Amino acid sequence: MAILTLTINGEQVSGKDDESLLQIARQHDIHIPTLCHLDGLSDVGACRLCLVEIEGQSKLFPACTTKPQEGMVVHTDTERLKRHRRTIVELLASEGNHQCAVCVVNNHCELQDLAYEVGLQYVRFPYLYPKKELDATHKSFVLDRNRCVLCTRCVRVCHEVEGAHTWDIAGRGIDCTIIADMNQPWGTSPSCTSCGKCVRVCPTGALFEKGQTVAEMEKQRDFLKYIVTARTKREWVAEATEE
Amino acid sequence: MKPKVATVWLGGCSGCHMSFLDMDERLIELADKIELVYSPIADVKHFPKDVDVALVEGAVSNVENEEMARIIRRSSKFVLSFGDCATTGNVTAMRNQFSPDEIMHRAYVELADGDPTIPSEFTTIAKLLPQAKPLHEIIKVDAFLHGCPPTPDQIWFAISELLAGRTPELPNVYLRYG
Repeated sequence: MAILTLTINGEQVSGKDDESLLQIARQHDIHIPTLCHLDGLSDVGACRLCLVEIEGQSKLFPACTTKPQEGMVVHTDTERLKRHRRTIVELLASEGNHQCAVCVVNNHCELQDLAYEVGLQYVRFPYLYPKKELDATHKSFVLDRNRCVLCTRCVRVCHEVEGAHTWDIAGRGIDCTIIADMNQPWGTSPSCTSCGKCVRVCPTGALFEKGQTVAEMEKQRDFLKYIVTARTKREWVAEATEE
Repeated sequence: MKPKVATVWLGGCSGCHMSFLDMDERLIELADKIELVYSPIADVKHFPKDVDVALVEGAVSNVENEEMARIIRRSSKFVLSFGDCATTGNVTAMRNQFSPDEIMHRAYVELADGDPTIPSEFTTIAKLLPQAKPLHEIIKVDAFLHGCPPTPDQIWFAISELLAGRTPELPNVYLRYG
């Protein structure tokens, strides 16, 4: 492990070579919006909201899956990035059915927060109103694909933390969808342990507890840090102390 | 001359208008400052020709809404999408996953209390468009007022800005869906 020095938004910062640009930025209180990233899960660079500019490179890089290099000059908040971020949120809005007014996580939703952060006054693209299926076959939980943004947090937490790998993604492109086991009703899944981790990490109202109504559900996502730290450091704390 | 203000109720639940009325005593102040020339709460049959500001609630859901939207645009200097249905389609657009035929069958046959008949002549019931659309997909919209419904404070802020001759660049504190 080596300590590297780089520049983010004109500020000299240092970070370890095995950390991501996102981790280093956050350690220095530099905000980069994210959606698919969640502390405690692996990073997949799926949502593209954390895209940053790196001087000398023409393409953009997701901060969550990009490692630092000595002398790297990074920008996280340029006009070009803001434009892309707004476009991403608009596409997410137009490709799903996000009726905030009747959603269980209204006012506690990471997609809503992002819409406010990028200043989304309206969506420039035509809404597609896709026909999506809702799965309420599980005894305790519901999967409403209308609200899903395909961040894959549920897939990752089920595989990486619970070890069940109930969830996966089927389809291609705009037809991608979350499926349980062999694309069967969630309630018939032999692998699901009903632990509820997927429900808690879901950034939107796509996964929720039965019995919750509009704006009632507030998700506690901190639990994940405790579990991951307990496994790796054998300490029941949110973040392990540096050795 | 006082600015001429119209409020219109397209494919929505009228909740945005209820919120408008919830401005309470501020309505008295508003009544001194504007001339309300068209509204569901005023007995006016036709949309006037020279409106300064039009607040439009609801999605564009049927042929009547669509025709009205075009009249509003033609006759108004400033059009404000009033609430989430006008801005995103919201609840009104939840029917978009089904065809108009399926919807009419559901409403007039499956859920009928008495004689299950689909109105075949669309003389009293405006024909549904294939999909309900946000207002800005049909006509040009000048600003957006979010929320389901927008709060009385939001509405007051937007109208006050417009009366002061400014386009309501709604600050993020008023940017809230749902």
